[in-house]
Amino acid sequence: MHARPGGLVTLHELNYAAPNSVAEAVQILRQHGENARPLAGGTDIIIQMRAGVRHPTHLVDVKKIPELRELSFDAKSGLKLGAAAACVEVYENRDVKRHYPGLAEAAHLIGSLQIQNRAAVGGNLCNGSPAADTTPALIVLGARARIAGPNGEREVAVEDFCVSPGRTVLQPGELLVQILIPAPAPNSSDAYLRLIPRNEMDIAVVGAGVALTLDGDKVKAARVALAAVAPRPLFVAKAGEALAGKKLDDASIAAAARAAMDASTPIDDMRGTAEYRKHVVGVLTRRAIKIAAQRARNAGKA
Amino acid sequence: MKKVLVEANINGETVEFLCEARQSLLETLRDVLNLTGSKEGCLTGDCGACSVMVDGRVVCSCLMLGAEAAGKNITTVEGLATGNQLHPLQQKFLENAALQCGICTPGFLVAAKALIDKNPNPSEEEVRYALAGNLCRCTGYDKIVRAVIEAAKAVKSGAAESRAGAR
Repeated sequence: MHARPGGLVTLHELNYAAPNSVAEAVQILRQHGENARPLAGGTDIIIQMRAGVRHPTHLVDVKKIPELRELSFDAKSGLKLGAAAACVEVYENRDVKRHYPGLAEAAHLIGSLQIQNRAAVGGNLCNGSPAADTTPALIVLGARARIAGPNGEREVAVEDFCVSPGRTVLQPGELLVQILIPAPAPNSSDAYLRLIPRNEMDIAVVGAGVALTLDGDKVKAARVALAAVAPRPLFVAKAGEALAGKKLDDASIAAAARAAMDASTPIDDMRGTAEYRKHVVGVLTRRAIKIAAQRARNAGKA
Repeated sequence: MKKVLVEANINGETVEFLCEARQSLLETLRDVLNLTGSKEGCLTGDCGACSVMVDGRVVCSCLMLGAEAAGKNITTVEGLATGNQLHPLQQKFLENAALQCGICTPGFLVAAKALIDKNPNPSEEEVRYALAGNLCRCTGYDKIVRAVIEAAKAVKSGAAESRAGAR
């Protein structure tokens, strides 16, 4: 970091490129390895660069690459969410609002409008924060990450994408291209809830995402994932299993919430104690299940 | 030191400039283009003092690079007034004492403009939510919220007047 007269800071010396294709971007990333980083919304990387947490010498602006800007829905194949699509584009998208309202509400919770108008959902995932809001919403939808790299393309389930705080499965030279979300089954919907200390502009104390498919008054399938209560966004298979095949009632909901609480491993920090967070996991899981179920019933009627 | 040649539309004018790759849009506006209306508050995207509109959406210019402005339509606080005529937002901020030190004011004006451009009749709650990314240490926000609501009404009735005059 450099200080200017008046104490203002500027970033270190930087190279900026804005390739037009995935192949070009991969080539630059591969060439510079750990010294290169993709630039989508910039709302994490620029802050980290100023703080000296990350110090790439090459920023690869991926916003000119068509696949990374894509946001297209198809009733059979689902949603293709380009890695550089901004939160605002996601939550204003008619198909996302209709078929994946939990994802829309997660994208609408991040930061402020200023942040949402730039921050990319793909960037939220790649930043690898355990508290990322859109990641649990993606996990419960069964989303897969489509990655391009020097050795070709691969897909990784989003629940396996984050490894530890700030670290993902991306290797040097690799680029997240799109997030692929399956088409919603009939009578399905999702929800995402978050608790923060203030009204806005805060990091999750707990985030809970739920997606479920109903079959009459029974749950056909359910997925639950949590933010901010483990070293990475946490998929809780047992919570979904507590609901699957059962009648949706207080007992099954309580069992799912219990499973979510048991799976979480929160820490004490300035936003809350571990004990409080565990309690809130249960509260938000119960509420998110009920909201997702109500939406699924309405989706069935539509 | 590598520089990037950028062409952008700033406050309605096509502008071509050179900036270093490492310069944020905020630095570029202030140091390269002498548009010092946008302010540096936190450099972490929390305070909104650097808010500008890019293609109609309010963003933190401290979290964009100057290079990323290429091809964009950018509105800064300098673009609100028409010659010597203040924008209704600016007028209502003055009338309502919605500023004291004024450092947050450019950011609030831009964020408020972005709101009323899209939502001409915002409720108080909608105003507070839309301005959640802007911090003020002086006013306690109440007068800012009142000013924005009054300005929205003034813009609406002004638009009605223009339409009536045009008939």
